[in-house]
Amino acid sequence: MVLGADPLLADGVDGTVLLIVVGKTVATFALLLLLVLFYIWFMRKVIADMQNRIGPDQAGPYGVLQTLADGIKLFFKEPSIPDRADRTLFRLAPYLAAVPAFLAFSIVPIGGEVSIAGHRTYLQLVEVPVGILVLLACSGIGLYGVMLAGWASGSKYPLIGAVRASAQMLSYEAAFSLAIVGALVQAGSLSTRDIVDAQAWQGPASPFTDWFAVPALVAFVIFLIAAIAETNHPPFDLVEAEQELVGGFNTEYTGIRFAIFYLAEFMNLITMCAIAVTLFLGGPSGPGFGFLASDHPLNTWVMPPVWFFVKLGFLLYGTVWLRASLPRLRYDQLMNLGWKWLIELAFLWVAASGVIVVAREQGWNRLVVVPAVAVGFLAVLGALRACFPRPDEAEEWA
Amino acid sequence: MGRFSGFGVTLRQVFRPRVTERFPGELSPPPPRLHGRHVLGRYPDGMEKCIGCELCAGVCPARCIHVRGADNPPDAPVAPGERYGFVYEINYLRCIHCDLCVEACPTEAITETKLFAFSFTRRADAIYTKEELLVDDDGRARRLPWELWSDDLDAHTGAWMRATSPGGDASYEGRVLWSADLGFGHRPPEQGQRRRGTAGDDVGDGEAEAPAPAAEER
Repeated sequence: MVLGADPLLADGVDGTVLLIVVGKTVATFALLLLLVLFYIWFMRKVIADMQNRIGPDQAGPYGVLQTLADGIKLFFKEPSIPDRADRTLFRLAPYLAAVPAFLAFSIVPIGGEVSIAGHRTYLQLVEVPVGILVLLACSGIGLYGVMLAGWASGSKYPLIGAVRASAQMLSYEAAFSLAIVGALVQAGSLSTRDIVDAQAWQGPASPFTDWFAVPALVAFVIFLIAAIAETNHPPFDLVEAEQELVGGFNTEYTGIRFAIFYLAEFMNLITMCAIAVTLFLGGPSGPGFGFLASDHPLNTWVMPPVWFFVKLGFLLYGTVWLRASLPRLRYDQLMNLGWKWLIELAFLWVAASGVIVVAREQGWNRLVVVPAVAVGFLAVLGALRACFPRPDEAEEWA
Repeated sequence: MGRFSGFGVTLRQVFRPRVTERFPGELSPPPPRLHGRHVLGRYPDGMEKCIGCELCAGVCPARCIHVRGADNPPDAPVAPGERYGFVYEINYLRCIHCDLCVEACPTEAITETKLFAFSFTRRADAIYTKEELLVDDDGRARRLPWELWSDDLDAHTGAWMRATSPGGDASYEGRVLWSADLGFGHRPPEQGQRRRGTAGDDVGDGEAEAPAPAAEER
């Protein structure tokens, strides 16, 4: 049974269990929507700060309801479909983008084990033994949303945007997956719950030793870059380059369908950051209240989610910072970065960290293994880079 | 670190003061020579300055001014002299605020305030009639419901002065050559482009209200 990993389902499924699952689903969906609302407001405020502006401040206190107002406005706008559009695909595409974004978030552990109405369960929508594969599958399906939107619009700019999006997302999918493997090698499991458990809080040194961010530093950095590129966010947002493509793949979309794309875009970003927290920053792991019992509500319901959201907030701030600081990459720069640097670095890192993990398990002499791995890493990297055409040669071929 | 120094630039801005002007809520002081919507001035005795000569309408490049003069009623004259502005209308959907009408006016009847924020929802509202353009009994511009006023927007309306004097003679700079306004009298003139204290600058602050130099020289 695929969902059997959650202790909630261990004793069979009855009405209460069903209710709990439905409740968790609704809560997760609401949480993600709220996070998107909050993130868009947060992004606009922080970018305004970084540009000496004030940002939205009219709707609600400090303008927090601005996104809601925008959403309501979009909801009441006319949804138009171009004459030359493929109407079925055109209607379908926004949901193909939004649903996987939400599904991917469902595997993220927000907290530890809690008990609801006598049932033990994880603070996480589903616990799938192959959780990370679900994530990869979802990000693959999300690509269809973007691609079909551009194709079904029956218009040239969305098509160009969609082609760019497919090329970009396919290219970075490789580096993205390999970066994930960097964390999986450390954890030895595909399940997000196991990954988080492997990074559990042991003491103040945990962020440097137990969390995978430091042991898998290269994979962490590659993951962040590739995740931003996967979600088409700045500086990798040439899918929606206004100067060249009007609005990119969603040019022909209006009203609520456009809003769904917009929502999916930010849902994806939040999901990616949440996955980064799960894989590399220990997920909900962090110090609790030591003087209380470990199953006290403060230690199960409150502190783990707090730590999770604090880490998530840091990463989200980073994405906004990127957005405010970096200009958009050119297409060839994007492809060079993805194919010539990230993929090979990620590959080598997986190989190197695999050796180190095995060495740790077998008790090999670390003083021998680590330098040997480093030398091998640099040698292969140098050999690979020597094989690439120099820029002037590359121009001759083009 | 050249490649990453941009992150420092954006982060530094967070701690700097905001440059945003919160426009409808707080109005910043207008630039001294802002061209806004017009007013029709009156003399200190309440007489209207406009004599209905239509020079402003003639010079207007946007053709937005409509003037018709009429003879003053002998027993209740509106303006000193023979004629007065019977109809005076400005269409602000066409006005480009070039101020040529102000320069053309022989009696300094039409001047510009610094009011720039006025928005109408009907075209008829965009055509200001004489009742709306004429200053009130205190000599202040009438404030219409769709106009966003602050007190400094009509502070220097009447004594608007060119960088040089009329006729381009620089020695008239800073002198009041304009007639007095209802409610304001002779207002201090705007200072010209020449720096104070330079050679040939014979006009001091105290002379601002001195009578005009002999204009009959020319």
